[in-house]
Amino acid sequence: MNKLFSFLATLTAFLLVYGLYQALVAAPTERTMGDVQRIFYYHVPSAWTAFCLFFTNLIASIVYLVRRNIKADALAVASAEVGVVFCTIVLVTGPIWARPVWGIWWTWDLRLTTTLVLWLIYVSYLVLRRFSDTAQTPILAAVLAVFGALDVPLVYFSIWFFRTQHPRPVMGGGGSLDPRMLHAFLINLLAFSCFGAMVCWARVRLELLRREVEEAHAMESLAGADAAGAKPSLPLNRSSR
Amino acid sequence: MNAIKFLYAAYIATWLIHAFYLGTLARRFKRLHRQLKELGKE
Repeated sequence: MNKLFSFLATLTAFLLVYGLYQALVAAPTERTMGDVQRIFYYHVPSAWTAFCLFFTNLIASIVYLVRRNIKADALAVASAEVGVVFCTIVLVTGPIWARPVWGIWWTWDLRLTTTLVLWLIYVSYLVLRRFSDTAQTPILAAVLAVFGALDVPLVYFSIWFFRTQHPRPVMGGGGSLDPRMLHAFLINLLAFSCFGAMVCWARVRLELLRREVEEAHAMESLAGADAAGAKPSLPLNRSSR
Repeated sequence: MNAIKFLYAAYIATWLIHAFYLGTLARRFKRLHRQLKELGKE
């Protein structure tokens, strides 16, 4: 398993370096926006990866609600956390791109606002997981994830159904992309997807390890309590989260 | 601030966020392994 992880991580690192070269060097400069348009090669793949991770969170949450599967719950936490990281990148690179192109850092249009709401929903999910530790927490979090995921199609389709400051996508929106730009974009899309999957995989392993440590702590407390003949207390190792 | 600086700012911000997050993951892994070791499970 470790060998496979190392091999895929190396492959992902290669893809990311190649993607960076494609985005900054190989792709031609866009005519109207100039070099700042190259932010597109990081902004859109980050958004795509965040959406995929939130979708994974939805599926894992449903599986947990139906089967009470611990691994599904670990995957739900991991995908939400990594999804928030990618969504943060979208919310940071978007305004940096908007400032020289639109002349403003931010506007409360539907695409931007729903993306911010999406980020807030999943941050709330993580706060719930971090600060609540009852037996009901994974169930409540899974329900929140199912409702939170409803915002994903709203973010995606907001630019199709409403007039927004945010432009419609070039591909599938009536426009076309230079083949070299398309190549750079697809390489980065693949690189970011692989990177997101690898980080999520690592985060799942971390979550399972954290549960193992908690279990070991609980067993140790039980053993200690048995020896002392007292009622056991179960310390939870919150600092490890 | 010209446009190229915005481009660099976006790329640097992206990798700083990723580096920070990967750093927190590595730190958490290290702490958990240490705790497992202390508990005698490794």
